[in-house]
Amino acid sequence: MIKLKAALTTVALAGSIAAVSTPAMARDTINIVGSSTVYPFATVVAERFGRNTDFPTPKLESTGSGGGLKLFCEGVGTQHPDITNASRRMKPGEFENCQSNGVEKITEVRIGADGIVIANSKDAEKLDLTLEQVFLALAKEVPNPDGGDELVANPYMKWSDIDSSLPDYEISVMGPPPTSGTRDAFVEIAMQGGCKQYDFIKKMDKSDMKSVCHAMREDGPFIEAGENDNLIVQRLAQDPETLGIFGYSFLMENSGQIQATSINGVEPTPEAISSEEYPVARSLWFYIKNAHVGVVPGIEEYVAEFTSEGAWGDNGYLVDVGLIPLPRDQRMKIAKRVKDLEPMTGKEL
Amino acid sequence: MSNQSSQAEIVRNSLNRRYRKERRFRLYGMLAIFIALAALATLFVDIIYKGHSGFVKTTITLDVPLDPEMMYLDDPTDADQLSMADFVAPIIAALQEHIPEAETAGQKRELGRLLGSYAASEVRDLLENNPDLLGTTQTIEFLAHDRVSTYVKHADNPRYSIKLSEQQQRWVDQLLEKGVIDTSFNDVLFSRGDSREPANAGILGAIVGSLLTMLVTLAIAFPVGIAAAVYLEEFAPQNKFTDFIEVNINNLAAVPSIIFGLLGLAVFIGLFGMPRSVPVVGGMVLALMTLPTIIISSRAAIKSVPPSIREAAEGVGASKMQVVLHHVIPLAMPGMLTGSIIGMAQALGETAPLLLIGMVAFIVDVPGGFFDSATVLPVQIYLWASASEQGFVELASAGIMVLLTFMISMNALAIWLRKRLERRW
Repeated sequence: MIKLKAALTTVALAGSIAAVSTPAMARDTINIVGSSTVYPFATVVAERFGRNTDFPTPKLESTGSGGGLKLFCEGVGTQHPDITNASRRMKPGEFENCQSNGVEKITEVRIGADGIVIANSKDAEKLDLTLEQVFLALAKEVPNPDGGDELVANPYMKWSDIDSSLPDYEISVMGPPPTSGTRDAFVEIAMQGGCKQYDFIKKMDKSDMKSVCHAMREDGPFIEAGENDNLIVQRLAQDPETLGIFGYSFLMENSGQIQATSINGVEPTPEAISSEEYPVARSLWFYIKNAHVGVVPGIEEYVAEFTSEGAWGDNGYLVDVGLIPLPRDQRMKIAKRVKDLEPMTGKEL
Repeated sequence: MSNQSSQAEIVRNSLNRRYRKERRFRLYGMLAIFIALAALATLFVDIIYKGHSGFVKTTITLDVPLDPEMMYLDDPTDADQLSMADFVAPIIAALQEHIPEAETAGQKRELGRLLGSYAASEVRDLLENNPDLLGTTQTIEFLAHDRVSTYVKHADNPRYSIKLSEQQQRWVDQLLEKGVIDTSFNDVLFSRGDSREPANAGILGAIVGSLLTMLVTLAIAFPVGIAAAVYLEEFAPQNKFTDFIEVNINNLAAVPSIIFGLLGLAVFIGLFGMPRSVPVVGGMVLALMTLPTIIISSRAAIKSVPPSIREAAEGVGASKMQVVLHHVIPLAMPGMLTGSIIGMAQALGETAPLLLIGMVAFIVDVPGGFFDSATVLPVQIYLWASASEQGFVELASAGIMVLLTFMISMNALAIWLRKRLERRW
């Protein structure tokens, strides 16, 4: 009985201590949030940084670009993250939000590029598509092929229906599910890019235009594959008439079996992607909260590691995980800006 | 008379039909059990089939010449020299001993890629801690690169694609024959935190994170839950207000767990300014989630203590508090413990509320306290299952096995406690 009472008291005591004690506010681990696309690169840097320095390994949360910027802009103080990753540039609205919450000095770092490719089996004919053709092949609703400014349910079943120069087989494209960042980027860059070729759609108000441009067809030709990339490659290898959509790093890993389709006549080479000449390319970024530098130890060193040639350079370890490096002169310029922690003015956005 | 016999006739005639009906009914029951068992068996077989190789690591054991010239290092106690030294060169030299044909720079590079990226820092750490070893040759066991590991373990499995070049495959075959590459029990899995390289990734960080979180949950939910149950059952007056509380507790037990995460985000992190991703906040959120389960099961346990015990205690002059503390709680304890352990087991497998308070994160260092960033077991499994490297597939399944082991042992503990402490009347 006494034992039981003692046990109960101990447990109750421990409970009240845990509930009452106030958290120690100082933090010695860098907190990073943001894009799931940048996450695989940032985690590699973070792990190396933790292993090769005396600082603890930074903590990374994959919250998506928008979610990360929201957390980042909530304020200054160790309960807020120090760095946020983004697979798109900060929006002016987000910058203002940051400013109004006291996050005034932010350093912007462009780390490299990422391209989305459309590929098919090496046994098949290499294709060249325009963004407009991609849109016509994959959108739920397309402009009436008979002319006029109206939308009809997508009637195209064969590539040759879109343009007689395209091959005479059924449209069949495997792509990522809506949960994937690759899908978001594909829809935003490729589909919207093709869709804006039509003046009447371009003139619609923003939300209407988005609902037209972002809707993928659901009648069969677009196949939502799982996140399992290897499965898509096996399917592409078996069926030369199927195309697949995925990130550039994946094309690189499997270049023995699949080939990329050129878009608007441009091949997805690392050079074309980093210069954004290849149309379905985007830059990857991260943002540093300058007010935290010196408060949370290691931020400067982590950023220096990320922007070192050994990491983001042409032969750096990030290239092994699929990052497309920026041209060397740009890297040098950005690395210098980062070293000086040059804050954004808001005008560059 | 004739009427009676005809009724018996009716009964006799329908007998077969009724027996058949009963047999069918039993069959449905058996079928249901069979479906449940088959589902469970499929799950287990699939997990064990996928995950058993996660408990095996691939190592490369090399005699590494710690040659000062090769590493550009003559004083390992000098931090500047250490950071500029080349620790890959001696490893490649050691590999060349076994593969003399690799001579060009490209071949050497490919050779070096047989090892994981931790290899160089292992050599560095060794020299940093034992500067005397410079100039000697040391036998070091390195972890093989994920791709080598996949090749060694799954060369014949079509579900895995081999990402080594043909040259590398040939080298690995040679090294396997010589016994340089070997497989053994994966102790890394139980001694390290997360990593981006499957070979270096361990589940210890998540196990410690789960333990810390569960301790906080237990420390809050158990005393609060039992105090609430005892008060409601023994002391509270029966009125509209207590009825209202009772209804709400029952409703709370059915609230989706993500709601508790939102609450934790708003109150603990937003209002109290507690840090993200720490076991204290996670434990508090899970405690809120577990409370209703503990209260409900504790109340049931208290209710099942026979009134005769209470009456007897009161009869010999015990006060209400003495009755409760000396008789009711000890007798209800097995039931309370069972309820608590089952509630805790549920909390152990929870991820949704933790997502919102930042415990779904890449954390390498094993947490050392309640205010260190941490993840928990199910989150680690989720992170591994969604990673793109093939080696994480087997690790995720291995992680599931570890998690299931914890669950089963907690449930077994609940059963054991009940059996041991239970009293029958």
